[in-house]
Formats: sequence, structure tokens, C-alpha cells
Amino acid sequence: MNGILSLAQILESGPQKVGGKAYTLALAEKNGFWVPETVCLTTDLYDEFVGEGGLRERIQLELHRKPFEQMRWEEIWDCALRIRNRFLTTPMPEALKARLTEAITSCLSDRAVVVRSSAPEEDTAAASFAGLHESVVNVTGPEAILEAVRRVWASLWSDAALLYRQELGLDVETSAMAVVVQEIVVGDRSGIAFTRDLNDPDRGVVEAVHGLNAGLVDGAVEPDRWRVDRATGGIVSHAAATRDQKTAGSKTGIELVDLHPSERTRPPLAEEDVGAVFSLAMAAEALFGRPQDVEWTFSGDRLYLLQSRPITTGGEGDKKDRRAWYLSLHRSFENLVSLRKRIEEKHIPEMIEEAASLASANLAVLSNDELASEILRRLEINTRWANLYWEEFIPFAHGIRLFGQTYNDVVRPEDPYEFMHLLGQTPMLSLERNRLLEKMADAVRRDPALADRLRKGRLDEADPDFLQNLNSFIDQYGDLSCPVTGAVQCSQGPEAVVRLVLELSTRKERGGAQRTRTDADAKKAAFFDRFDGEERPRAEALLDLARASYRLRDDDNMHIGRIEARLLDAANEAQLRIENQQGDQRLAEALALVDRRQTVSSAKSAETTSASAVHARQLTGQPAGPGIWQGLARVIHKDGDLNRFRQGEILVCDAVDPNMTFVVPLAAGIVERRGGMLIHGAIIAREYGIPCVTGVADATSLIATGDRVTVDGYLGIVTISSERSVG
Amino acid sequence: MDSAEKTRHRIAELLVAQRLAVLSTHHGGEPYASLVGFAVEPDLSRIYFATPETTRKYRNLREDPRAALLVDSRTHQEADFHRAAAVTAVGRAVDIGTESAAASAKVLYLSRHPYLADFLRAPTTRFIELVVTRYLLVENFQGVMELRMQP
Repeated sequence: MNGILSLAQILESGPQKVGGKAYTLALAEKNGFWVPETVCLTTDLYDEFVGEGGLRERIQLELHRKPFEQMRWEEIWDCALRIRNRFLTTPMPEALKARLTEAITSCLSDRAVVVRSSAPEEDTAAASFAGLHESVVNVTGPEAILEAVRRVWASLWSDAALLYRQELGLDVETSAMAVVVQEIVVGDRSGIAFTRDLNDPDRGVVEAVHGLNAGLVDGAVEPDRWRVDRATGGIVSHAAATRDQKTAGSKTGIELVDLHPSERTRPPLAEEDVGAVFSLAMAAEALFGRPQDVEWTFSGDRLYLLQSRPITTGGEGDKKDRRAWYLSLHRSFENLVSLRKRIEEKHIPEMIEEAASLASANLAVLSNDELASEILRRLEINTRWANLYWEEFIPFAHGIRLFGQTYNDVVRPEDPYEFMHLLGQTPMLSLERNRLLEKMADAVRRDPALADRLRKGRLDEADPDFLQNLNSFIDQYGDLSCPVTGAVQCSQGPEAVVRLVLELSTRKERGGAQRTRTDADAKKAAFFDRFDGEERPRAEALLDLARASYRLRDDDNMHIGRIEARLLDAANEAQLRIENQQGDQRLAEALALVDRRQTVSSAKSAETTSASAVHARQLTGQPAGPGIWQGLARVIHKDGDLNRFRQGEILVCDAVDPNMTFVVPLAAGIVERRGGMLIHGAIIAREYGIPCVTGVADATSLIATGDRVTVDGYLGIVTISSERSVG
Repeated sequence: MDSAEKTRHRIAELLVAQRLAVLSTHHGGEPYASLVGFAVEPDLSRIYFATPETTRKYRNLREDPRAALLVDSRTHQEADFHRAAAVTAVGRAVDIGTESAAASAKVLYLSRHPYLADFLRAPTTRFIELVVTRYLLVENFQGVMELRMQP
């Protein structure tokens, strides 16, 4: 057997090496269903590719960087991204390539196909995990099909599959992926059907759209929906969609196009067609012996079964299980474009307005009762924005991922993060804030007398230009005293900013950020060159979206930070009154709510026990900012530790809180417990060209302030010298 | 189990599971490595091995008793890269062949390597104790933890 099977051969081989999707189609065809021309590439071919390319151990090394349960979704995505890129860049063994090319050419000639996953694991885990693997729609010619096959193979290790690795029984040694290469039936009306409605066992559901059903499956196109009586096949109800677009084949895949006016007014299916689709689905249920979830398409009058899988209940699960939410982060381009519009045109202006309105309130004139109410109100406002942050802002980060995936697909770079070069040098609020600090530091550098006066605390003797810059900085960004001194003891004065400026002035000006400009321009040009004519504007729009997504990873935090700062203002006022014996019980209770939030967030990292006989010598994480640097560690356990941060130190923290990025220019390297390329600290580190390693488990307890550490941002390794300095 | 206990536990586990170690010595700066059968004290303070007195390793240790022992869980498969762990014990070698303390150490050693009884009894075999100053545990390809032993 050469691993390439026709529908008839699939049945002979049994389901083991072909996966459920392929086996089901073969069985359906044998039983008289119209099924598109299909070729199955068995798991043997996956094994051959993975074995000869030495990929198995590479996957293992990726998966063993740190214990899986300690990985955040960003890290899992990074992990999947690196594995995927490895599949894309590993050469296909010549013999395998020749066999596949010959088989595909003889079976499918130059017909357009869809390349789908058919993982044996998918069945054991039941269909509730559908969508974990990749499908590539509308591919033509052996070369393009082979590229699509790689992507489908790689998707055995997609981030979604990794999230459900236990349910899938994913195991590098034994798991493999079969692939279904299926002729595209250019359907004019397509959809799905459930033979049983999850909410009503006596009904089934038919959903239909104009055009191909890819848009329906990924949520881009809203379907018309019919509920059907299981016993009679009669229509119980019809919910019409707002029909405006459909999915159609394009030169290199699929695209959304506007519907013809006549299609807008007409449901995709006439009543008798609904009946035909439902009968098809019920026939599948009868054949496979369980309620089915069926994909179908009408090409002219002929109704094709595209795939059929058992319905599982799904959905109920553990409420604490956030995986479904993680999966929801996979957004389509169109979805992200509308998300961006909401964020840029609605949420951010509202946040700015909210922060400004809170800032304008005079807390000092409030009675204790009013102040307590104000604290509760501000807590509620904070919660509201924090929720929105999770619902809208975080999913928007997927714009970076979508671009990264497209970039890697077309460019095939050796470095899976090369695409980040195209996102850098984006104007960001926190960088703008740091530029103002740098400007003041520069003035201090050039004027030793000014430096001397500032050091002696004689701020009033500083020159007017400097004071003006200082005041305008504080007006815009606050006095930084909260993050520097610990959130509930804001000193509310310019001292924190002045200290930071003095520290910055001891450092030579940094040239770093321009380093990649020309390089980035060349890479951008090379990326766009891969797209011709009509595809190019879409590639440009995708990059633009990714840059917005990248910028927003930073800016949203700054906006949220400003709202949070106003909560802390109110808390400070309360604290002051209580300390001066002017508070009362209710005020203390309100303040306690704020205090508790602070303790919860800062209690995460315990102080290190230096007496221990065990010391970390080398810790591994993810390379998040290229470069290598050695310096003394400054471990941030609480915000107040920032106050002691010195130029040239290595910043070691749980996560670079966006409100503390102003110390980043002082840092010679960054080590974070939180992992991922897209986390805030990694993005800022890249902008400044600072070596950065993220995802280092227990970083803040295994490294102590004063440890001499080397940050290798290329390999993602932090080495801790056994010689310590007093920090 | 905190990370310190975990490290100690992993080191002990590896030393108990393996029988052979790579001994590193030198002669006038010229490095040398050899395989030795070893046994470890339960408190990890000492590691024992035996050698004929005519060997290069014994000559090297007499010249400079500083030595390192590498114990690892290799299986000589590709999977070693993500799965294998290694411990390096660094310390000072002492020839305890004639000391009374050697008796209990030899019992420990023979319980680990009963087939070496004749070898151990030979008048030209020296029984060596490595007093460990520190252990370095390497896992997950590049993660390194150090355990310092009490002097």
C-alpha cells in the first residue's frame, strides 16, 4: 500500500489509518450518496514526512519547554506556531513528493479541491472537537495541494488541538494525521444540517447560505435556519438571515463577495429543498446509527454530502474551563475588521472620556459617605472596562496571529516570528510616554547644574523649560507615583518622575529602535510581492489590521491604566482621611475592597527564600526579544520595587505591567514569568531592542535581586551566575 | 513539593536509577573521562566507586582529587533530547580503601553491584569516595538547577 487511497480502497483499509472523515465518506458513497471525488492520504504518509524530516523530536522539544499546565494560551499559540512553521519549512522527501504528485494528478487532474484533516483522534474525542484542525479550501494543482497537505498535517498540533490534547489523546509518538483531498463541488447553495436539535429531541435543523459553505462554517456568513420535525420532515419554523454576502472561490482560495440583489431577497433553499436536505441528513443518521451533523451542497439539482459526523452534546462542560473562550479567539479577517472599528471608534474614545470625566472630579470636597460611594462606583467602572477588555480587546490581538500565519504561509521564513519585524516601529502610547521621559533625561544629561539641583531636591530652581515639560508629562500620564511606590501609597508629587528622569540620564542615548527599519521595509516588500493584482490590497489590509492589533496590545492597557489610576486616587483620598482620623467605618469598608484587589494581584509572587541550598543556574523560557546581555537582576515582587530600579539592570518580573513600562528603557534585559510573543512586555522589549525571555516558570522566586544573570533572547535561556552582588 | 525539594528528589531518583557514571579527571591539565560503576549515600553527600590502582583515572585523582561525575538517563534514542535528564556531581575524591568507614560504604556499593564483589576484594582495587560539594541537574533540554551540599 502506498498510502494514497481512493474511496473504494478506504473501505478495504478500515478506519484506523484514514480517520473518521475519510471512512464516513467512503461508506456514504458505497451506500448511494453523492460524494465528491475524494482521495485519502493515510497516516502512513504523515509518519513518513515526520519521520524523515526529524520532526518528531522537534515537536517533543517544543512541547517540553515547560510543563503544559503552566502554559498560557499565548504560549500554546507560540508553541503551535513554531511547530507549524517547522512543517512548512521541512523539505518534502523527494520520493514522497513524486508519489503524491502522480496520484493527485491522475485522480484529480487540475480540478479545484478542498484539503481536509481526517485525524483518527478526532473520532475518539467525538465531533465536539470539530474545527481543531485546518482545512484549506479551493486549491488547484499538485504543488499547491502538497503545500495545503503540510498545513493540514501541521494542524494536528494546532493551538486548539493542544488545548484539548488530553481529550484527543495527543501523543507525539503515536498520533498521526490522515488527509482527505476532495474535489470542490461548486455549490450554488450550501449549508449544514443537524438531524437532532440539541434543545429539542423531536426536531432537526437545516442551515443554508448562498454560495459555498465555508462562510457559514467559520461564522462569516449568517445562514437561513429551518427547524424541521424529525418524524414528518415538515418545516416547523424558518428564521431568515440578513443576506448580504456569500463565500465564493477566488484565485487563491475563497473570498466573501456581495450577493446579487435577487439572492438577497430569496432564501437559499425552497421548501422542497429543505426537505431534500433533511432527508439526506436522516439517511446519514440511519447509515451511521447516530444523530448526525452533515455538511452538504447543491450543485444545480444534485445534492452532495460533503461530510457527516456524529452530533455530540458539547457545550455544557466545566464553567471554569476557559478553553472554549480561547478557541473563540480565532477570528476571521472580516470579524476583526469590525472589531477594530468598534474598538477605535467607540471603546477607546469612551475610555478616554471616562478617564477624563473621573479625573475632573474634586474628591477633596466629598463627604465620607460620598467618597465611599465614589470608590464603589469607580470599582464598578473598572470592572466594566476590565470585562470589555477580555471580550473585545484581547480577541483583537488575534489580528497579529492571523497576519503571522499568512506571512509564514507565503514567505516560509526560517524564523517563525519574522513577521514581527513588519509590525514594529508602530506609534504606541507607552513609547510616546517614554519619549517624553527621554527628552527630560536628555536635558538633564546636557546640564550638570540641573542634574545637581534635581538630585538635591531643589526642583523649584530648575529651569522653566524643564518644569514645563515635567508638568505637561504629569498632566498627560500622571505622576507615576502609584506604580513606583506601590499602588495604595501614591505620593502624588513629581518626585517619582524626577527620580526616573535622573536615572534615565545616567544612561547613554539608545540608538536601537532604528536598527530594523530598512530590514523591515525589505521584508514588507518581499511579502507583498507574493500577492498579485486583486490579492494585494487584501494583503495590505491584513498588515494594516495587524499593525492596529499590535499597537492596541499596548494602548488599551494605557487607557485602562488611566481609569484604574482614578480609582486609586479615590482610594488614596480615603486612606489619607483614615490616617488623619477623619474617616469612618463605611469609608474603611470601601477602601478595603480596593486594598484587597491590590493584595490579590501582588500576592502572586512570593519572596524568594535565599537560604535554600537549591539554586537555579539556567532557566528556559521563550525567546521573545533577540539579543544577549548580562547584568544584575532586579526582581519586582511589588510595585514599590520599581523605585529601586537602576539603569543597566535586568528586569525580572511576573509580567511587565503596562503601567510600569517606563522603567523598560532603563533595563538591559527582561525576564518574565508570563509567556508568549504577544504579551505586552515582549512587544515593548522588541521596540527597544532589549533581549527578552518570557514564560520562565517561577522566575521571580528562582532569581533573586542582585543575581548576575545573562539573558539570551535568541534561545530563550536565562543563565544565573553563582557569584552574587549585593543589590 | 517546592522547587528545592523537587530538585533534590529528581537528583536522588536519577542517581538511584542508574548504575554507571562518567568520571572526569585530568592529568597536568589534560582532560580524561572514564565510566565507573557507582553507589550513592541516601543523603547524597557521598558517591562511591572502585578502580584498579594502575589506571589512568586513579593516577589522575592522586595528582588532583577534584573530580566530576555525570549520571544521566539517556536511552540513545532521538527522544533523549526532550526526555533525558543528567546530573553532574562535583566534589573531591578520597581513597578510603583501608579506612574502617569503608566497610559500610562497601556494603552499600556491593548491594548496588553484587557482581563486582571479586573486583572489590582484589588487593589492587582502590575504593574511592567522592565528597560532593554540589550537584547540577539538567532537564528539559536546557534547564539547570544547582543543589549545594553542606561542607
